[in-house]
Order: sequence, then C-alpha cells, then structure tokens
Amino acid sequence: MLKFVVRRLTLESIPTLLFVATLTFFLIRLAPGGPFSAEKNVPPDVLKRLEAHYGLDKPLLVQYRDYLLNALRGDLGPSFKYPNRTVNELIAVSFPVSLELGIYALAMALAVGIAIGLLASARKNSAADYLSMSAAMMGICVPSFVLGPLLVLVFGIWLGWVGVSGWATPSDRILPAITLSAMYVAYIARLTRGGMLEILSQDFIRTARAKGAGGMRVVFVHALRGGLAPVVSFAGPAMAGVITGSFVVETIFQIPGLGRFFVTAAFNRDYTMIMGTVLFYATLIILFNTAVDILHVWLDPRLRN
Amino acid sequence: MKRNASRTLVLACLALCFFSNCPNRQSPVQRGIRDQILHVGNFSEPEDLDPHIVTGNVEFNIVMALVEGLVGQDPKDLSPVPGAAERWEISPDTMTYTFFLRPSGRWSNGDALTAHDFIYSFKRILTARLASEYAYMLYCMKNAEAYHRGEIADFSLVGVSAPDRFTLRISLARPTAYFLSLLQHVSWYPVHPPTIEKFKAFDTRGTRWTQPPNFVGNGPFVLKRWNVNTVVVVEKNPFYWDASSVRLNAIHFYPIESNQTEERAFRSGQIHLTYGVPLTKLDWYRTNRPELLHITPYLATYFYYVNVTRAPLNDRRVRAALAMTIDREALVKNVLKADQAPAYCYTPPNTAGYTCTSAVAYDLEKARALLSEAGYPEGKGFPAVELLYNTSETHHTIAQAVQEMWNKNLNISVSLVNQEWKVYLATTHALDYDIARGGWIADYVDPNTFLNMWVTGGGNNRTGYANPVYDSLIARADNCPGRQRRLGFFQQAEAILLNDLPIIPVFFYTNQSLIHPAVKGWYPTLLNQHPYKNLYLESDG
Repeated sequence: MLKFVVRRLTLESIPTLLFVATLTFFLIRLAPGGPFSAEKNVPPDVLKRLEAHYGLDKPLLVQYRDYLLNALRGDLGPSFKYPNRTVNELIAVSFPVSLELGIYALAMALAVGIAIGLLASARKNSAADYLSMSAAMMGICVPSFVLGPLLVLVFGIWLGWVGVSGWATPSDRILPAITLSAMYVAYIARLTRGGMLEILSQDFIRTARAKGAGGMRVVFVHALRGGLAPVVSFAGPAMAGVITGSFVVETIFQIPGLGRFFVTAAFNRDYTMIMGTVLFYATLIILFNTAVDILHVWLDPRLRN
Repeated sequence: MKRNASRTLVLACLALCFFSNCPNRQSPVQRGIRDQILHVGNFSEPEDLDPHIVTGNVEFNIVMALVEGLVGQDPKDLSPVPGAAERWEISPDTMTYTFFLRPSGRWSNGDALTAHDFIYSFKRILTARLASEYAYMLYCMKNAEAYHRGEIADFSLVGVSAPDRFTLRISLARPTAYFLSLLQHVSWYPVHPPTIEKFKAFDTRGTRWTQPPNFVGNGPFVLKRWNVNTVVVVEKNPFYWDASSVRLNAIHFYPIESNQTEERAFRSGQIHLTYGVPLTKLDWYRTNRPELLHITPYLATYFYYVNVTRAPLNDRRVRAALAMTIDREALVKNVLKADQAPAYCYTPPNTAGYTCTSAVAYDLEKARALLSEAGYPEGKGFPAVELLYNTSETHHTIAQAVQEMWNKNLNISVSLVNQEWKVYLATTHALDYDIARGGWIADYVDPNTFLNMWVTGGGNNRTGYANPVYDSLIARADNCPGRQRRLGFFQQAEAILLNDLPIIPVFFYTNQSLIHPAVKGWYPTLLNQHPYKNLYLESDG
C-alpha cells in the first residue's frame, strides 16, 4: 500500500504536474492580448517598463525556467492584475473559502444523494423510485445560475431567513452550499441506485437473505459498502469539481473563493495567477484521485493484493 | 419522551438562530443609517490603491476617500474647490499656478502635509521606473514630459517648486485651461514620503504600503480593512483638516461584479448604493420604485471605430453612408432603454460649457446617394465587411440592431464578429478589423479628453486616421489661453472629425444606480464621482 502511494505521488504525479505547467505556460502566451493591454492605450515606453518589471522582456524559455525554479521553491510570483499581492497570498486567502463551500456542498450532496439513491433502489420501479429519480434529474437540469437566484429570492428576500450574498455569517453558507450541491445530489443518487441494484442482485445477498437477514440489515450491512463503490469513484473528481467549478456560485453569492480567480485570471491574462491556480488545482486533483484509489482498496478487499 | 422532545425543540431553535438571520435583526443598511456607515457596491476587487498606479474607476472611488489633491470637487458639479490647498493664484499669462496649502493640513498619522510632499509625489509618478500609466496627465507641467522620458535627469528643471513649506508653485508647459480640473485626477494626488521610503515604493510598484495598516493618506477617510474579494473598509480620518464636516463614520466598498447579485443585495438591505442596475430590472424600478432609481448623464461616448486604411472604408462617402443610416433614436429607445442620448457628435453635450454645433445627420436618401457615388448603387458590389465587438450581451444586441439598419437602409451585409476582451484589444490595437466597437470615458471635464485622442499617431487613435488640419486645431486649442477661442478651435476640429468620420458616434452613456432614500448629499455628476465628505445618511421618517 505504502509503495502504491509513494509511486502515485512521485513517479506519476511529478511528470503530470510538469506537463500541466509546461502546457499552460506556453498556451497562455499564445493567447492574443497581454496582461497590461487596456481600453486606454498604455504608452509604449511604460509598457516596456512594465514588462521589464515582471521579467516578460526575457526570452520565453528563460521565463519558463525561472518560473519553474521559483515554483519549486513554493514562490508562485506576484499577480499581474493585483500588483500588491502575490499569487501565494491570493490562493491562501481564497482557497479556504472554496474548500469550505465545497465541503458543505459535497457533504450535503452525499447525504441527500445517497439517501435518495437507497430509497429508489429499495423501492425499485415504484412511484417513490420514479419520483426521487425525477427530482434528481431536475437537479442536473436546473443550472446553478437559475437555482441560486431563485433560492435567494424565496429564502433571502421574501422570507429573509438567510443572507443573499457575502461570506460573513454562518447563514451566508446555506444557499450557496445547496445551489452547488444540487447537481451532485442528482449524480450521487443515480450512482447509488445503480450500484445498489447491482449489488442487491448478487448471490451473496441472496445468501444473506436466506440466512434470515432483514431488509435493513441486508442493505446497510451487506450491500451498502459495495453499492457505494461508484459513488466513491465519483467523489474524488466531484470534490475537485465543487472546489474548482464554483465560479458561477461564487459570483451569484459574492463569495470570495478561488473559483473566481481561476476564471478571471484567464480573462485578465494574469499569467502568474493562471499558472498558480492551474498548478494548485492540478495538485489537488491528483491528491483527491489518489485518496479515492486508497479508499477503493479499503472498500474492496479483492484489490488489496 | 417529553423531555427529549423539548430538548430537540430548544436545539432546533438554537440552530435556526445560529444559521439564519433573526427576523427582527436590523439589516446592514438600517444599522448603517444609525451608525453613519455607508455600504457601497463597487463592482470589482480593486487592483491596488496606490494613486500613482491605479487606472480604473473602481480604484478611483476608494482612493478619493483616502487621499486629497490640491483642489477638491464641488459635490454638485465637480467644479474645483479648495482641497489640500486653501486657495490659489493664477498668473496673468495663466502659465503659473501658486497654491497655498493649509498649515493645518495633516496626513492620517498626524504628520504635517507640506508642499515638499507634493513635489516628492510628482517626482515619483514621473519616474520612468515606476511605469505609471497615467504619468502623462502631468505632461502639461513644464519639463514633466522630458523628465519622464529621460531626456532630462535633473528634476529641479521640472516646473514645480516650493517657495516655502506651505506654498507650491507649478509652471506649465502650455496654457491648460482645464488645469484645475486636471488636478482632481488621482495622478496628481500626494503620497506620504516616509511611508513610500519605508516600503521602498518610490520607483517600485506592488509593495505593501497600500495595505492596512500601512496606508497613510490625507483624505477624509483612512484605510482600515481590505479583505480580498470581500470588502474594503475606510473610517473617518480624525486628522483631516475638515473632519468636523465629515458626517460619515465609515464606508464599506463591496466588489460585487454581477449587477444581478448587487441588485439583490440592495433589495435585501445589504447596501445603500449600487454600482449599476441590471437592464432587465430598469422597467420594474421605473414603474414600482422610481424614487430608488437614478439615471444620470455620464461623460462617456459609445461609438464605432472605422479602420480608414481598408477598402471600402477608406472612402469617406462609405463611412458617411454608414454613419447616416443608424437610427440612434430607435436604438436608445428600444434596445438600450436606460435614457441614453443618441450621439450625433462625439463630445457629449455641455462638456465644460462645450456643445458641438456640428452633427452627423440621420439621412437615408443622402446616405444611399453617397454609397452610390462611392460605386455601390443600392449596395451592389459592396465587399464583405465585419463589425467587431467584445463579448457582451449589450454590445451584441447593439451590433445586431446596427447590422439590421445597414442591411435595411443600404442593402449591404455586414457580418458580426465577437471576440473575448483581450483578443479584441489586440485586434483593434493591430488595426486588424473593419469596424469595431469603442467607448471613451472622460478623465476630466473638458472637451480635450475626447478630441485630443484623434490626432495623428495618438495612442488611442486606433483607426489609422490622420488629418494635419485636425492636428493643428487641437494643438492650437492646447496652446490657447482664451476660453472662447479655445472652444472655437474644438468646434472646428470636431466638425472635421464628423466630416471625415474615422469614428461613428452612437450614443452618450448614462449612469444607472439604485440609491437608498437615506443617502443624502449625493448629486448626479458627469464623471459619476461623489465626494464622500459631503455624503451622510438620514432616514426620512
């Protein structure tokens, strides 16, 4: 197991990160427009000074080498868009917010999604099954930019129960977490249902029933662990997704998370910020996927050898 | 069992109180009125707060609260009023301005504000290594341009001196009729020399001096908190010379980029003032809450750049035909709907007393005749032309309407091209387009800010347009001390511009804001700037 983890984190992850860094570095330089172009013309001599200040006047390969060496030391450079902040600082300030939102959303999605999935699988082809799966499908179909404002309108403005924007009070967390989780609830419910139905049709379940195990015991003790395998596979990328893919939700609810920087950095041609966020998210995705693989081994004894 | 039920009930109530806003708790807006704390939507996260580095309105809005220039702004019309200088004298030839600073003027740390601080600040922004994008705003000062370009190394040759600690003398390179208005721009604001030196920020951008608690300013407010993408908080500066008349205790600036989110924040009592209003909500507010909606003229023009180096647009008659067939009245009434004024000239009316007397006509017959004269009778044989705009629902809708008007009125087909912002900028800078959307917001209240940009080789003249007569008229206006004569040169220049049409004016912008009725001392101004020292909060009932 240890060998597996070490191999994943060194031999496989480092080349992946290097590939991502190289591709991103050169791709963003190919995009037309630079970090300092604006509606009002920047005088050419000022532009030259700006480029020199950020080392953009050096040959591209030298810039690439310098960036990698600095990144290895943990220095992701200054943001071009926000000159008095470093990329490290911006990530350090905004990532915990995205992570917190992601954890709430995923926890909510898992709790609700698994419950719906179990209910649907236990009452296969019944009205409850069709109803819960239809509701889950709604979660996939209704985009967050529709659901978010709708929830704000009802619970924030009409009822005044929760905050409508910002990230200051505990109540500010509720609606963004629900909005972000909606799509994942649907996926998890469907995956749980599918996984459970497959497991419930297997021989060892029939054996358990023959031995006199009750319905609840069969589901929770015998079937659940295997039935959730697809959900576990999904949870790793989903965790990365809820953190990186929260741009829309962060914008709707005015949340100071990293998802917004991830997207706006590209529009602003904030080269260092793009590199920083891409590398950071790539590292996260690698870590989540590794964690999922470990969890798989734990859940499925057959994989241990 | 009963005990368990009541325990659950108590826990549920506590959880509800923890997670939800108690219904009888006051909103930030109500608390703000009580405590004189103004909550303002300010669009986006400020890039920096260094007055010599910032370039956008979002940053200007905050810097204006923290720093004060030699002259201030009248809250009603932004005309120059005493600021850091209590008075000034202008020499008879209008080439020398002498400012008398207030002996009571203080920085927010209690240090005295002196004329030497201003000289230090002007030297800083003109230092090429700082790479200030607005350094050119100081070029009207004698030798400032030469110093900035490195042609002279001795700053004492630049036209600024301090005869004594509280007197500042500025000598100009040319008579600049709008000089006092120009001084209201942040590029002329002072910075606190010991703070700049402490953070080695004299010629280096991106140091920490602009972050709290390091920021030292001389404005009515001091920087207290700056949480990334959350809020910038400024509080009343007790050392400000006019602190007794500042009624607000604090201002909270929120970087809310989505105007839909901002409108919801306004409606739920989180902010007093919005940066904008969603187009889709304008009619609702007009009908149901007109007292909250404020639509005011803005010194900015929406236009199309025309690449005059490309056929068929290198023919003035073609450009004129295109300009004459845009039904601007219909466009502002049916498409834009926010009380914008149709633009038949380029400079917005009544810009520092200047209203252009020339105009582009809306004349379909003449337009068709001109197109025919140019070799395209009834649009026949008109080559493929593209209309470029940056990604935006509004630009797209306007472009569609104009495309339809040209098609209907001239029988020509123009295709629409949409590019992401930075790509669009690269394309227009490289003159790699036919017709492109443009917008210009005034830096100061004077026609020069609009007309100066079309001189040959001007950095913002992205059309290839060059007319020596136009250039000489702008230069003559620049060097003319007499107000009426100067405006006369602008009239002649704009008449030439509207005849040559390297640009097609479309409409003059308006500002749209939602303002809580408790906000007092707010007046519509052409630059949408509102001196915070004059604002206060007071409930009507």
